[in-house]
Order: sequence, then C-alpha cells, then structure tokens
Amino acid sequence: MVSQLPVLQVILPLMAAPLCLLLKRSTLVWLFCLIVSFLSLLISILLVQQVSTSGPIDYAFGGWDVPWGIGYRIDQLNVLLLIVITAMSSVVLIAAKESIAREIDPEKHVYFYILYLLSLSGMLGIVATGDAFNIFVFLEITSLSVYALIAMGRHRRALWASYQYLIMGTIGATFILIGIGMMYQMTGTLNITDLSVRLAELPQKRTILTAFVFIIVGVCLKLALFPLHLWLPNAYTYAPSIVSAFLAATATKVAIYLLIRFTYSVFGPSLSFAAIPLQTLFMALGLVGIFVASVTAIYQTNVKKLFAYSSIAHIGYMILGFSTGTVAGLTATLLHVFNHALMKSALFLALAAVMLRIGSVQLSSMQGLGRQMPWTMAAIVLAGLSLIGVPLTVGFVSKWYLLVAIIEQGNWVVAGLILMGSLLAVIYVWRIVEVAYFKEPATAQKGDVLEGAAGGSTEAPLSFLIPIWLLVGANIYFGIDTRFSTQLAQSAAQSLFGVSP
Amino acid sequence: MISDMNESLILQLAIVLPLLTSALIIATGKNPNVREGVTIVSALVLIYFVFNLYSAFSNDPNQVISALWWELIPGLTISFKVEALGVLFALIASFLWLVTTSYAIGYMRGHGEKNQTRFYCCFAVAIAAVMGIAFSANLFTLFIFYEVLTLSTYPLVTHAGTEKAKKSGRVYLGILLTTSILFLLSAIVSTWVVAGSVEFTAGGVFSPDVDKTIAGVLLVLFVFGVGKAAIMPFHRWLPAAMVAPTPVSALLHAVAVVKAGVFTILKVCVFIFGIDLLPSLATTDFLLYLAAATVLLSSIVAMRQDNLKLRLAYSTVSQLGYVTIGALLASESAAIGSALHIAAHAFGKITLFFCAGAILVSLHKSNISEMRGIGRQMPITMAAFFIASLSIIGVPPAVGTWSKWFLLMGSIETEHYIIMSVLMISSLLNIAYLIPIPFHAFFPNGFTNKGEAEDSAISDVQSNSQIKEAPLPSLIAIVITATGCIALFIYPQPLYELATAMLETRAVNYAE
Repeated sequence: MVSQLPVLQVILPLMAAPLCLLLKRSTLVWLFCLIVSFLSLLISILLVQQVSTSGPIDYAFGGWDVPWGIGYRIDQLNVLLLIVITAMSSVVLIAAKESIAREIDPEKHVYFYILYLLSLSGMLGIVATGDAFNIFVFLEITSLSVYALIAMGRHRRALWASYQYLIMGTIGATFILIGIGMMYQMTGTLNITDLSVRLAELPQKRTILTAFVFIIVGVCLKLALFPLHLWLPNAYTYAPSIVSAFLAATATKVAIYLLIRFTYSVFGPSLSFAAIPLQTLFMALGLVGIFVASVTAIYQTNVKKLFAYSSIAHIGYMILGFSTGTVAGLTATLLHVFNHALMKSALFLALAAVMLRIGSVQLSSMQGLGRQMPWTMAAIVLAGLSLIGVPLTVGFVSKWYLLVAIIEQGNWVVAGLILMGSLLAVIYVWRIVEVAYFKEPATAQKGDVLEGAAGGSTEAPLSFLIPIWLLVGANIYFGIDTRFSTQLAQSAAQSLFGVSP
Repeated sequence: MISDMNESLILQLAIVLPLLTSALIIATGKNPNVREGVTIVSALVLIYFVFNLYSAFSNDPNQVISALWWELIPGLTISFKVEALGVLFALIASFLWLVTTSYAIGYMRGHGEKNQTRFYCCFAVAIAAVMGIAFSANLFTLFIFYEVLTLSTYPLVTHAGTEKAKKSGRVYLGILLTTSILFLLSAIVSTWVVAGSVEFTAGGVFSPDVDKTIAGVLLVLFVFGVGKAAIMPFHRWLPAAMVAPTPVSALLHAVAVVKAGVFTILKVCVFIFGIDLLPSLATTDFLLYLAAATVLLSSIVAMRQDNLKLRLAYSTVSQLGYVTIGALLASESAAIGSALHIAAHAFGKITLFFCAGAILVSLHKSNISEMRGIGRQMPITMAAFFIASLSIIGVPPAVGTWSKWFLLMGSIETEHYIIMSVLMISSLLNIAYLIPIPFHAFFPNGFTNKGEAEDSAISDVQSNSQIKEAPLPSLIAIVITATGCIALFIYPQPLYELATAMLETRAVNYAE
C-alpha cells in the first residue's frame, strides 16, 4: 500500500470522478468529493514524510520499467506542490455545497463535482509524473475540465471567459506538445531523468533550443506571466466562486512547477540560462508584470477581478525569485507558491461568502459590509494584510526571502521596486477596507443584486467561516512558525541545484 | 536565578497585558463603566510592571533581562531586552496611558463620541505595540511592532468615519506604510545582508571596515524609513492625524507614535551604527541639516495655523526634529539630550493637547482666534497650558530646560554652530507661537488697542465669564501632566540616570 502512494495520489480522484454519476444526489456527491479530497491530502502528507526521510520515490507504472513504461517520480519539489494542491482543494470543497447551491443550477451539480475531481487529478498528475508526454496528457485533462468549470458561471460572460481561456490555453498546450515532440525526435525518450542526461550529451543544440523556447512560451501562457496573462482576469472573475478560489490557489502554481521542472530538471540550468538571456528577460517581465497588474488592480470595480490582477502581480514576484538563478531565489519562489496559495484561497473563499450573501462582488455593493458580515470582512482584511506583506503573516516571510535573495546579488534597484510593488497592494486592499467599513450599507442598489438576495444580508454560514478562518489562521501560523514551509521550499530548491540539504 | 526568571516574565507580561486588556474591553463593551475600569486597572498594573523593570534595572544595570519569543527565520528572532532607553520610553508611555485614560473618559463622554469600545480597544493594542517597540531586542522585532502600531492607530485616526477622517486616514496610512515598507524594511534587510545581524548591539553592528557609502545610504534609508519621526518631507501624516479625537492626538500623536519614531532613530544611531561610526558617514551632515530645516520650517508653519490642534501638530514635528538632531550629532551630551527630550516633550505636549481638547469639549472652540479671554472661564486649563508652553520652549521652571541644555551642549561640543543657532532660533519661534495663546486668554485686551470686532468678542466673553472647566476626569489629567512638567524640572535625576545608562552600556562593552 505504502509503495503505491505515488499512483494512488493521482488515480484516486480520477477514479472517483465517474463514480459521482452513480450517487446522483448533490449532497451525497459533495460528501463523497470531500472524502476523496481529504484522502488525497492524507496521501500527500504521507508522501511528504516519506520523501523527507528517505529521499525521492520512483514508481514504475504497471511494473513497466522506466525507459519503456511511464515512471512517476516524487521528489522534494513536487511534494510541495502536491500538498498545496490537495490541501487547497480540500479546504475549498468544504464551502462548495452552499456556494454552488446558490450559483449553479441543481441539475449541473453532479457534473460540477466530476469536473472538479478531474481537474484535481489532472493537476496532481502533472506534478507527480516523471514523463514529459504524460505531463501534456494531464495538462489537457486539467485544462478541459477547467474550461467547463468556468463556463458554469452564472454570468453570461463566463462563456466568453471560458472561450478566451480555451484559445489561449490550447495554444499554450500545443506549444508544449511541439516542444516535447522535438525533444523526443532528438533524444528518443520521454522520461524526464533520461531526457536530462541525453540532452546534455547532444552536440547539436539548435533543435533543442527551439524546443526549449516553445516549451517556455507554452508554460508562460499557462502561467499567465505578463504579457501572456490576458485570459486570467476574466476566467477568475466569471467562474463560479468556488472554482475561482480553487484555481487561484492552484492553477498558476502548477505552471510555475512546470517552468522550474523544465528549466532545471529537463534542460538543466546550464542550457536554460546560458543559451538565451532568460534571467534578464524574466526579471524584466516579472517587474513590469508586478507594476502593470498592481496598477490595473487598483482601478477595478469588481473585487474578484481586482484580486485576479493581484494574482498576476504575485506571479511576477515568483518569476523574480526564479530569475535570480540562485538557491535563495528559488527558495523564495517556492515559498511564495505555498504562501500565495494560502492568501488567495482565503480571499476568494471570502468573496464566495460575499457572493452567497449579497449576490455580487462589485465594490459598490460591498458598502457597509464590515458591519453586516464582520467575520468575513475581517478575514478579507487579514488576508489582504498578508497580501501586502505585513509582518507576522506569510506574505512577509516570502517578501523577506525574496528581498534577501535579490540583495545578495547586489540588485538594490530591483529590491526597491519590489517594495514599491507591495505599496500598490496597500492601495488596492485599502480601497476595499474603506468601502466596507466607512460607507453606509447600500440597500437601494438592486441593480447589482441577484433576485431574492436584496434583503437580509447577514454573516456567512459556518460552512464558509470555518474554511475561511482555517486559511486565515494558516496565513498567520505559517507567518510565525515558518519551519515547515521554508524547509519544504529550501530542500526542494537545494535538490534542484544538487546541493545536499 | 529565580528573580531573573520573574523579571523576564514581567517583561513579557508588560507586552501581553495591554493585548489582554483589549480583549477584555471588547468583552465588557456593553457596560461602559466596567470597560473603563478594566482600562484603568490594567494601566495601573502596567505601570507596576514597568516600574519593577525599572527598579531591577537601576539596581544592577549590568543584569540582562531578556525574553525570546520565537525564531522566525534562522537568526531572525522576536525577542525582547530591557535597556535604559527602552525603560525610559516604557515608563513615560505607561504612565501617560493611565493619565490619558482618565482624560479620555471625561472627553469621550463629554463629547458624546460613538464606537467607544473600538476606541479603547485599539488604544490598548497601540500601547501593547509601544511596549513591544520599547523593549525590542532587535530591529526585526521593532519593525513588527512598529507596523502593528501603525495599523492599530488607523481606526483611531478615522474614528469619526467622516469623509475628512477617511481622507486623513489615507494620508496617515499612506505615508507611514510607504516609508516603513519602502525604506525601513529595505534598510533592515540590507543591514541583515551587510552586517549579518540586526540585534541592537552596544557600539553598533557594523564592523569598522564597513563600506562607508553603503552605511551612509543605509542611514538615510533608516531616517526616512522611520516616518513616525516626521522628518520633512514625510511629516504630512501628523497634521492629518489631528482629525482623531483629542485623547488620541494627545497620547499617540504627541507621545506614543511619534516618540516610537524618534526612539527608533535614536536606537538605530546608538545601537546599529554606533556613535563612533556616525560622524564618519558622509550622509550624517545632510540628515542633520534636513532635520534642522524641519525644525525651523515647521515652527514657521505652526505660527500660521489658526486651528489649535494643527498648530500643536506642527510644533510636534519641529520638536521631533530636536530629538533626531540629538541622535545624529553623535556625542554623549547630545544623545542624553535626545533621550531627555523624549520625556520632556511628552509631558509638555500631552498637556497642551489635553488643554486643546478641554477647550473643545467645554467651549466648543478649536480656533485660536476664538480663544481670547477664555482664561476667565477655564483658569486651570489655561494655566496648565502656560506651564506646558514653558516646557516646550525650554525655560525654567519646566523640564524642557534640561533637554535643550544638553542638546545645545552637544551641538557646541561637536562644533555644529549652525545647528546650535537653529536650536536657539527655534526656541524663539516657540515663544512666538505658543505664549500668545495663554496670554490672550488671560488678557484679552493685551497691551494695545483692539479693533471693534474684538471688542464685541470681548464683551461676549465677559457676558458669560462663569467658570466652565472641562469634565473632572479630564481636569485631573491636565493637572497631573502639568505638575509633571514642573516636578521633572526639580527632580530630573531618574531621567538623567536612565539617559546616561544608555550610553554607559555602550562604554562598558566598547572597552571590552
């Protein structure tokens, strides 16, 4: 059983998805999904333990040895992602029942859960597999189910947002596939460990370089790195609230994982960083991304969209850490993957609660919410402070590590720009605070409010408050006790550089 | 050993107690009398704790009283240590918290303010942050509590909830967060990278062969980063904060918050750079003259303000410049002068703000031009105003005399004659903008002939010249702080001993 953990991690939600059809009743399906998701979380916790005690785990699919069959390889890098994905999925699912009852037609509930599980297993598959083509397969499983999930949004523009994402995502996936094809043509293997060995031996580099560029651009599309971010704001805004929370916490993190995996494990840092000026390019794009997205966020009137733009800005921070090409920088990136998942899931889940009660997440309809939903708004404020990077929250820990990594390289200007970026976060978070706490509740504005929700907006139900405050608590807990998160990130970064922890 | 542990416990309790108080205040929010009782009792207990630390410290200055809470990142800890300057600051803050609470009870009820529970709760959190700042053992801990102080005072500044309060809150938060995140945090991270430590160390953390350019830039970052010290051009938040209820302006924006700022600068100068390294940095002189310009300019701006609280706010900006100058002069007497001025200005300015609030509550006047002749109605308040003005100006019999004396000595010792003359001119300006207020209050006719408009105002005043002092709890507070100004002039030894002890620890360690 223990030796089968790597495959169970992926197979469990994948097998559970069709079973949902048999259960039919929405509540039952929800309960079933919740159990599956928590079991996945349990598996990833076990995997973390196993990897930290006995090193990376190799698993040969169906007993076919690695160069022929598909191999799974769980190392320090992907356990971090596995635990983030499963934990976020589980916490978000707690609130799913009430949220989708409000936002999705009852006859689609079962399909919602099926797609949710499929996208979960897809993400876990991308992360767990050690086979380049397998990555593409799971990428498609995730993407297709996520397109459908976004299209379930009530708003008419959800379809358009989903279509936009479909086009951009497909281009990205195709680019990745082309890159993988070229690598296969040159080396005759798809296994990642094998690829890295053979790619290094190849005398002729041009095809490999082309493959590398295709893959990087494809991954950056999935990553929503500025300026390839256009699909993200609409997708996050018009998706059902639960989907937004799940995606914001996981989807781009998986893409960051792919970026790191391809540059460090497949092509190797010598090729990745020497052949093209990737570091300079990423540093510039990261910085521009932080500023453009943060400034755009300031001018949003839809709070979900505001935080979507903030997500793009935070991808910029992760890319900055990545662009340093040092252990410290990569640690900062991975730490921020973990920490940002905590912030954004808390924020989007709190917005789901707002959606549940007042039927809108327009800034104007959140007037006076500080009194009507004190706990939800307090959660938004705390998670917002974490987003800014106030001490004793996770945001501060990531920022500290990122700054140290950048300053160690003597890049004072970049360090200053990062800090300026976090000031922009102060502005967009504070706009929400002012509206929620200083404006009188808007009772007359029925235009924004869905029917039946105009009156009696009170505090969110416990099924929301528990996961929201669990996440807010995690934001503070991991901001103080940083041992778990930094150890995970540090050992992952060190393993990629071949330094023994 | 056991007494050691006790003191370490007391040190931690001094920080935790106000936090517990804020929780208790929320719990007892429904019953105002119990709620205020809770605040007063815990203020008394806090004074007891801090005084215990003081006596333990003054009995044996070499004894180390410290507490380690948590190691956030290897080498980066949240830890506390009792040290002379911190004790001085904590003593002032805890004592004035008690007095201000008494004042606030009279003011908030007399003025019929809303959301009083939130007010007292945030107030207690702010005091906890101040205790954390006072006793922090390293820059990192100090930074955390510095930010907590900013965030916990934001609801107090915007207490009124009006459009104006919201705007001022934006300025307040904007400047304080911008400077602290942009400059202070980068200075701290850079210190960490360059020196490998952010602990407050006697004699400084930088090695003697540190790159002088980098250290100089870091000093600028620190001085600008501590926006709470209100060095121009980052002083706008302080006048903006005056929209808050008067007790907030009195304790937080004349004592706790601004003193946290100059306290940080003094700590950084003495314990991060060390007063031996400071004079060798190219930027020290630049910052000195910037602080001197702040002193003069804000005094001039203060003269032009008609709103009493605004005038006092600009006066505070000016007086904070004194402390920064003292810290940057990097001589023993100047540093002592700075430390004394933290205390002296605290007592003087809080009295002035108390008086301003008292006038607002009982006579509903906030502009100086309307205050002619009010000495008849509020004799005690205006007398206290006069004493406190003397202290700010720095003439006997008020405590401000001592701090200005040492600051002047420091400027002469280091041969900064321009700074010396700035300090003298500023004292004259202080006379010009403070003394006319109590003077006209008692002698509405002055020595010259007045226009007709004033005549009618005077007759108006004379028509209702019955005594109309502030509510009793507020009046008691005013009398206590005004008496403090005089008492500390006559008996300044404890202050002086603490101020010198701050430097002695340096001397001892440096000799080793």
